[in-house]
Amino acid sequence: MHENILRLADITMQFGGVVAVNNLSLEVNRGEIIALIGPNGAGKTTAFNCITGVYEPTNGVIRFNDEIIVANHPRGKMKKLYAGENAAKYKNTRIMDPTPDQITKLGIARTFQNIRLWKSMTVFENVLTAKHMRAKQNVLSATLRLSHAEEKRMRQETAELLEEQDLLQYADALATSLPYGLQRRLEIARALATDPVLLLLDEPAAGMNPQETQELGEFIVRIKNKYDLTVLMIEHHMDLVMQFSDRIYVIDFGRLISAGTPQAVQADKRVIDAYLGVVDDE
Amino acid sequence: MEKKDKTGLWLTFGFIALIYIGVFVLEQVVNANHIVFTVLKKGAIYSLVAVSMNLLNGFTGLFSLGQAGFMLIGAYTYAVLTMPVAVKLSDSVYKYYDCAVTFDTGILAALICAGLAAAIFAALIGLPVLRLKSDYLAIATLGFAEIIRAVFQWGALGPITNGANVLRSYLDLTDVTIPFTDIPIPPTLFVFIAAGICIAVIMLLINSSYGRAFKAIRDDEIAAEAMGINLFRHKELSFVISSFFAGISGAMLAMFQYTIQASQFKSAMTYEILLIVVIGGIGSVSGSCIASFLFISASEWWLRFLDDSKYNILGMNLMRAGFRKLVFSVIIMILVLFFSRGIMGDKELSFSGLAKRLKRKKAGMPAKEGDGDA
Repeated sequence: MHENILRLADITMQFGGVVAVNNLSLEVNRGEIIALIGPNGAGKTTAFNCITGVYEPTNGVIRFNDEIIVANHPRGKMKKLYAGENAAKYKNTRIMDPTPDQITKLGIARTFQNIRLWKSMTVFENVLTAKHMRAKQNVLSATLRLSHAEEKRMRQETAELLEEQDLLQYADALATSLPYGLQRRLEIARALATDPVLLLLDEPAAGMNPQETQELGEFIVRIKNKYDLTVLMIEHHMDLVMQFSDRIYVIDFGRLISAGTPQAVQADKRVIDAYLGVVDDE
Repeated sequence: MEKKDKTGLWLTFGFIALIYIGVFVLEQVVNANHIVFTVLKKGAIYSLVAVSMNLLNGFTGLFSLGQAGFMLIGAYTYAVLTMPVAVKLSDSVYKYYDCAVTFDTGILAALICAGLAAAIFAALIGLPVLRLKSDYLAIATLGFAEIIRAVFQWGALGPITNGANVLRSYLDLTDVTIPFTDIPIPPTLFVFIAAGICIAVIMLLINSSYGRAFKAIRDDEIAAEAMGINLFRHKELSFVISSFFAGISGAMLAMFQYTIQASQFKSAMTYEILLIVVIGGIGSVSGSCIASFLFISASEWWLRFLDDSKYNILGMNLMRAGFRKLVFSVIIMILVLFFSRGIMGDKELSFSGLAKRLKRKKAGMPAKEGDGDA
């Protein structure tokens, strides 16, 4: 059993002259709900994109179940531009630059800040399509209906998953016709369909009222227990973060400024400064 | 989900069977030289290539314009393979070259080889090209199609392709027999059967797990990738399968025309097919088929009289060769303006939807737009 499920070490992401994520190191343990918070533009989503293979980080290593899944160090042109501190440390690491689907195959699923459901598909098809990755079939057997049993199993599991999320009644509706809150829940259901062990949620409560947010929090805890998940989420709703997360990482301008239990972080002066601003002395 | 209404499915099968019976009867009754057979054959061939293009452009969201190139590969493969050895060795076709292909095959084997040859080319071209997106992909595939056309006219390949000269005397639609017998199959019926089987396979693919993955890529690439769909593998797959069927339709076009020449497969041909796909509705297989028959009927048959200078309007000699094309463009412009999503949109001609609607009407409930598998 790995205690540490995800570990980021010195992850840096530089776009031209902007360092969006700067030497970010964090650890996620199995079974935890971890929140990643910070003011707008702090680099939270960029960090997510580095983990899920959307971006190739400029520097640093990401381990999943103690195995390196992403690794890079600045080279060539970037070397001259790069201003990070620990660039030399990863010089001899073999560069690993997986595509998002490879990351998902390892068991890391995600949702998106701005909902990205497949527009032309129904609720049922959205979840069913996410099962495609793990289906035991090839294009010939699928086309000629030789893997009929596999298709049936996928449909069965999709129906169960939707039932579990209270979405089965909307199964034949277009995904985009659902109300906003249900679309968010459908996106989580779709991520669950890829059989993840680590779930990354990018602002799951965005645009929700306090009651919906509370329900969402309970929902996250429920699926976490049911599917034996570990959750890493970006969130702005402090009630959700404080009530449901085990530990919190706070970043500002790409740097980690505080980490710890909700109480500890709440009391941290650096966090308060980051959110409320510092009074300038004249 | 489990208990599907089968009425619609049977209606669809019945409708398709009716078409085939209709074609069969028509061929027995009407003179074989009637224009209607040209329209039906060409329409069926264009249906297949339009559906194959729709698989790529409509269902996978890859805007590719290489269809004519893959048809050309299919047509040449077919012609070279089925031309009898005696013809190849004589001077009647290969006048300036000594033919290097000293064997011939049957029609069925040649059709499949035509598809495979196009698919192999597509796989090779796809490796670099499918990393491009939208317009750039269209330009690159268009370029490759033109390159293929130029290469096939190249003198150095003359022993195989006969250079820029025509290929003829290969097996055509009149040579088709029922496998292992000498009983001939009526030409139009054969085209319908071959195109029908290919379109059915494409439909099965579209409605399979892979088809859903293609649609996911079309709808949102980033989400598709994040849900574990390997973008490159699936795009390549769609491209290769689409080209396979384009190759087969090219071979069938060669059968239909009796002679082929590389210079015929210009980019204008791709645009014709693209036009059919757009008029039929991007993302609708039945739309592509309907539009293809309408397009071919209009251009080959219904509007023919416009080219005839014996009709005079208002004393002006308005109607002369080429006037047909002018009217045709105006019709297309009107179509595009008023049916901007095509005849069918992304819906399918659906009998299960029709059956449902009828039932609802009987039950006195409001009819709803039905979409299903036609």
